[in-house]
Amino acid sequence: MTTQSASSAAALPPPSPTGSRGSHRGRGSASRPGRRRGHRAAAEARAGLLLSLPFVVLFGIFIAWPVLQSMFMSFTDMRITDIRSPFAVDFVGLDNYIAAFHDPVFRRAALNTGVFVLVGVPLTIIAGLSAAIALNRGALKLRGLFRMGFYTPVVTSIVAVAVVWRFLLQPENGLVNTVLGWVGIDGPNWLGDERTALLSLIVMAVWRNFGTSMVIFLAGLQAVDRGLHEAAALDGANAWQRFRNITIPSIRPTLLFVLVTTSIGYLQFFEEPFVMTGGGPLNSTISASMYTYNQFGFGNYGMAGAMAYLTFIVIGIVTLAQFRLMREK
Amino acid sequence: MIERRSPVLTYVILTAFLLLVITPFVWMILGSVKTQGELLRVPPTWLPEEPTWDNFRRLFDRPFGHYFRNSTVVAIAVTLGNLIFSSMFGYALAHLTFPFKRVLFVLVLVCLMIPGLVTFIPQYVLVVNMGLANTIPALILPFLVQPFSVFLMRQFFLGLPRELLEAGRIDGVGEVAIFFRIYLPLAGPAFATLGILTFLGSWNNFLWPLVVSSSESTYTLPVALALISTGQNQTDYGLLLAGATLVVLPILLVFLFFQRYFIQGIATSGIK
Repeated sequence: MTTQSASSAAALPPPSPTGSRGSHRGRGSASRPGRRRGHRAAAEARAGLLLSLPFVVLFGIFIAWPVLQSMFMSFTDMRITDIRSPFAVDFVGLDNYIAAFHDPVFRRAALNTGVFVLVGVPLTIIAGLSAAIALNRGALKLRGLFRMGFYTPVVTSIVAVAVVWRFLLQPENGLVNTVLGWVGIDGPNWLGDERTALLSLIVMAVWRNFGTSMVIFLAGLQAVDRGLHEAAALDGANAWQRFRNITIPSIRPTLLFVLVTTSIGYLQFFEEPFVMTGGGPLNSTISASMYTYNQFGFGNYGMAGAMAYLTFIVIGIVTLAQFRLMREK
Repeated sequence: MIERRSPVLTYVILTAFLLLVITPFVWMILGSVKTQGELLRVPPTWLPEEPTWDNFRRLFDRPFGHYFRNSTVVAIAVTLGNLIFSSMFGYALAHLTFPFKRVLFVLVLVCLMIPGLVTFIPQYVLVVNMGLANTIPALILPFLVQPFSVFLMRQFFLGLPRELLEAGRIDGVGEVAIFFRIYLPLAGPAFATLGILTFLGSWNNFLWPLVVSSSESTYTLPVALALISTGQNQTDYGLLLAGATLVVLPILLVFLFFQRYFIQGIATSGIK
């Protein structure tokens, strides 16, 4: 209900400026109705500020200020011992950033994060879009059931899910290797082998997250013109051609949104390696976020701040690049 | 012509997919009532041969009841805070004119994109200096205000007619009272969506409680589960699966009852 009412009303033209809204423009005119409007505008401004105050104060203290302090911190040698006097630290310029680039573990973490995003994001989008298209077919019964089932992993705690997957992926009697054994495949030690550990985490992330993209694609697919599909089918276009030339262009904004949000999420992946592999074996699954957290654990706050900002900068660049890339056509 | 082709095949594929997706949960719940010996057996068993509550008993020998209460208290407080503060601010942004409105809105939007990783160390320093380290309020305060919540409430209030505001003014209702007496009672659907999403986010939240909680008195369920899963109980799968079930089951039940609000919430945030 929220969706429909909010979006349908948002589609209406904005309400015309009323007396109270436009009143500040009429400042200076000293006529009586003008002054009454002035009173009302003042009352409105007071109410607006009053209603905003609790949020804005908490927001300032707990979000806006820490964002700024984090940037400051990344240019200092702040350590855990400075926690009581966070501003009595030495300014070290870009040293933390330079040190991060020279740290082989951080470079490995950045590489792992890159692989996680480059492989995981397309797989998540493909899985989500396939599920959405399958569910969007005409008179499909049980649609609600399937949609709910596919969405279930999204709502569950990543820590719990990681524990369960570690159990599923056990080399000796895990369910995955048991099933592979039925068809004669000798499954590897998924999480204990350098070559398969990151891959396992990617598959788990796709399993956990494709439901989100599916739901968003389902909403986006409502914008696809069925008549166009039917006309193209009559003209002999096959399913792939119709998908490529009708569906994809129609859902371009949705696709962009899913691409951007999934990338932002995956660039910060943390819980999966933290709970499942501890970053191992041999740092093959350590992520930039997890290594940042480790630096915090070691007490190197300045360094951790720099690494967090590096992730933030990469997120900004990737988001911008995706917007440009998708907008060009 | 497009629709008629092989609905059976679609069903078969979807069903196979569905089984694949929910198997981990089935496996988790079945495993949580198996004995340790059965859990280690090769090949694994499907149904528990001698179902036992022993894993849950061992779980509650630890203060898991307490962790459960911590998670619940924190999630409820965070949810209430978001409903109250975000609806007030969201309404003001949607319908009122006041100084700094644009600046504030842009600031909130910008912070929507900043990863939690950037803020958690200064937040930690702040909480320590406020004397709140390792307390329940420390788990709640930073999450009372979330940019996403304001965004959602603003969108919702924009969808309600402005005529209500005008009518209230004509009837002489005060500006603040217009919000509390006229608009707020209409916010039920938005509250349902936002409430569920916030509760879910708080219940599953991991990084911040992990940073702030340093003793059993303030652990939440995910933190406690993560700590036993990386400690000496690493391979005690009976205990771990029972713990995972305890974390997941309440949310699964909430989800089953309110799934349309969940899904609307995601779709709303996605379309806008």
